[in-house]
Amino acid sequence: MKPGFVIFALIVFALLSYALYAALVLAPTELTMGDVQRIFYYHLPSAWTGMLLFIVNFVASIWYLIKRNAKADILALTTAEVGLVFWTVVLITGPLWARPVWGIWWTWDARLTSSLVLWLIYASYLILRRFSAGTQMPVLAATLAVFGFADVPFVYLAIWFFRTQHPQPVIGGGGSLDPYMWHVVLWNWLAFGLFAVLVCWVRWRLETTKRQVEALHATAALEGGYR
Amino acid sequence: MNVSAAEKNSNPGAPVVVLSNLTKQFGRFAALRKVSAEFLPGRLYAVLGENGAGKSTMLRAIAGLAQPTDGQVRVLGSDRVRDVCHRLGYMAHPSLLYDEMSGLENLLYFAGLYGVHDRQRSVAAIERVGLDPELLRPVSQYSQGMRQRMSLARALVHDPELLLLDEPFSNVDVASAREMVQLLGKMRDGGKTIFVVTHQASLLAPVADEFVWMHAGTIEKRTSHLEPGVTQ
Amino acid sequence: MSESGITLAALRKDLRLEWRSKDAINSMLFFSLLVVVIFSFAFNPTAEESRIIAGGLIWTAFLFAAVVALNQTWARELRNQVLDAYRVSPAPANALFLSKAIGNFVFVTVLEALMTPLFIVFYNLRALGPAYLLLVVSVLGTWALVVNGTFFAAISLRTRSREIMLPLLLFPISVPALMAMVEATRIILMGDGSPKFWIVLLGVYDVVFTTVCLTLFETVLNAE
Repeated sequence: MKPGFVIFALIVFALLSYALYAALVLAPTELTMGDVQRIFYYHLPSAWTGMLLFIVNFVASIWYLIKRNAKADILALTTAEVGLVFWTVVLITGPLWARPVWGIWWTWDARLTSSLVLWLIYASYLILRRFSAGTQMPVLAATLAVFGFADVPFVYLAIWFFRTQHPQPVIGGGGSLDPYMWHVVLWNWLAFGLFAVLVCWVRWRLETTKRQVEALHATAALEGGYR
Repeated sequence: MNVSAAEKNSNPGAPVVVLSNLTKQFGRFAALRKVSAEFLPGRLYAVLGENGAGKSTMLRAIAGLAQPTDGQVRVLGSDRVRDVCHRLGYMAHPSLLYDEMSGLENLLYFAGLYGVHDRQRSVAAIERVGLDPELLRPVSQYSQGMRQRMSLARALVHDPELLLLDEPFSNVDVASAREMVQLLGKMRDGGKTIFVVTHQASLLAPVADEFVWMHAGTIEKRTSHLEPGVTQ
Repeated sequence: MSESGITLAALRKDLRLEWRSKDAINSMLFFSLLVVVIFSFAFNPTAEESRIIAGGLIWTAFLFAAVVALNQTWARELRNQVLDAYRVSPAPANALFLSKAIGNFVFVTVLEALMTPLFIVFYNLRALGPAYLLLVVSVLGTWALVVNGTFFAAISLRTRSREIMLPLLLFPISVPALMAMVEATRIILMGDGSPKFWIVLLGVYDVVFTTVCLTLFETVLNAE
């Protein structure tokens, strides 16, 4: 393991610990919701981190379509996988928070519903990658990523307007945030973001190594070793 | 669409197909391994070899249906097959025809894709392969021999200079196969370059200019005669 | 031949093939009939309730039926490797895409024309708002489903489990369009407000995704 990686990992670990401490201990208790509200410090930063990762996925996919650069494809794969994990966290923490506070597990409000659709889009992206073969897979996946991302504004818009017509309880909505809480959110976002970079780094290395092994096998086949 | 005289005669002796280090890999399987070769115009090449030798892959790479993993394909003087695809015709073991349409309907449609709107040319192509253009039967009801002949007509309808035929005689009755071979010979005499991938080398012996022997993704040797004792 | 000439020739060919085999239409018709019947067991609405949920029921049935058609029309190009004959020719990829998309649009519209009277009868529907707007919603909505559906069906051709891949890819991305269709239909049937927002959303969705499809189709067709 490179020393840079170890140092970075330690920094991330330290940050995550501090962020956890800030969320559980330092942040003031919310007036109406009580301690359950603290899950918000996981919910929101996960959403932002996931969204950033999907934006990178979109850019990497376009880059791949234009340049057919293998690194772009690996970046797209990495960010999609890690992004989906963060988005899963959003979809789990949402109901966990909603149930004790608002009495319902789920509500088809703008944010949660959009989150679910986004999750489905990127899950289908990963499934496509698994189900298509060989050299064509990165191209197909990249085109799907473009579609998926182009869809995001439509998803938000449609669901937002729908909810203005059919109002439902909005989870975590409304009201301004206490400045100290905001502070804690930002620390958590930083920690989560850097953690995402760390995981992506590992995944990147894993995928790159895997492809290098494949390339070696391919070269061996080419030289006539075996078929 | 007729090829202009200028296009055809700009360099009469220039190779019509040039492969440079052509490589095609499917994951770990190397279908073509750094194949380099030149093929001259106006000749009939019989491409032979066992299954998996890379014959079909090579033809598909020349036709532009398969992208090389590495190396280059230069067809009719161009690096982009797309630019010259109107001057080549392709045929494979599946018929590449619509089952529910008649022979003429198929030809008229495919001719249209090449910008050939003259009905007479489609009719002529069908007659040239020895079939009846008036036949209303859908292609699904043809015998294999008829189907392969109709597929050949489809590959010819736009009068291409370069013909790529992948196992055109599979499961075809001997009489039809011999007729097709004769037709190919006549077309070669008329200046066309023809590649025929086949397992039946002896069928092509009367007309082939050269036999290209492939093995494990490479061209092993090229001979002008069939080796004595080769029955297949 | 110009690109539009080839599109028309390919479209005519597809319509002729469909007329002779009736593969897509028969499967679609039977399937959506089944869906209508099953829905009527699953939901047993009064006339008033019908109007509220009819949009959802109808568009769900059409969506599932459309998937059947979408798979069939590309399957036709795989038989006898006919697609290779097209790819080898100088004909442009987008002409093929448009001819397939328009063909699918025709088939699904025929299905809608046949099934809608059935829905009206089974659920005792009557539009309280301007019924002609339903036509607009139908055209825009069907195109939204068909244009993306044709594209993803072409992608699914190159995957394992082809038939399941298409709905898997199509449904999440179509969510905004589906919402728009369903809501607009509900609003028009109930005569409750204006469907303008949804119709505009559908229009913009159609333009954006048709552009994306046309830009990327050639890449997908030749990927291998």
